[in-house]
Amino acid sequence: MGIDVDLIFKIAGVGIIVAFLHTVLDQVGKKEYAQWVTLVGFIFILFMVASVMDDLFQKIKSVFLFEG
Amino acid sequence: MRDKGEIAIEILKIVGISLIATFLALVIKEQKPNFAFLLVVFVGCSIFLMLLDQISQIINMIERIAVKANVNMVYLETILKIIGIAYIAEFASQITKDAGQGAIASKIELGGKILILAMAIPILTVIIETIIKLIPS
Repeated sequence: MGIDVDLIFKIAGVGIIVAFLHTVLDQVGKKEYAQWVTLVGFIFILFMVASVMDDLFQKIKSVFLFEG
Repeated sequence: MRDKGEIAIEILKIVGISLIATFLALVIKEQKPNFAFLLVVFVGCSIFLMLLDQISQIINMIERIAVKANVNMVYLETILKIIGIAYIAEFASQITKDAGQGAIASKIELGGKILILAMAIPILTVIIETIIKLIPS
């Protein structure tokens, strides 16, 4: 259970930091870098969420007798 | 098997995680809506993963009752598979609807319904045959 809360804060933290970096880079004038930072952050979080979703689907498969 | 107190604490955990996640999602949504969306998906997954132990206990109980009542296991298995399909479809369609894609959400629901109907074909055939037998020709 501890891991869950940790991951929630991790996702939120990455989101806030990426938003902050985006704003700063925008202000400085490096719009391209800002876009890349957003993309990398998004892929990082997407990876975490995808692994959790894989776990969920495996568990559903095993519980609801999809694969015995 | 865990005792009742520990299971009852589980609801506090779920409520706490949900409230924290809602708050954080509100904060992030201002800046980056896609991050908030992924956060919501993650919280949905983790809440279900928490409930999984209890669900498997309930299913074990249903299985034991079915074995005692001499129910054909094929039917029970079909019903459990249908519940699984319904849950996954509901999960995906709600998240899709939250993200603002109502059209895709209703397609997911349609897919779930069709698959459930396809899985229920053996049971439906048995029922229809029984009814036809009952009708005096």
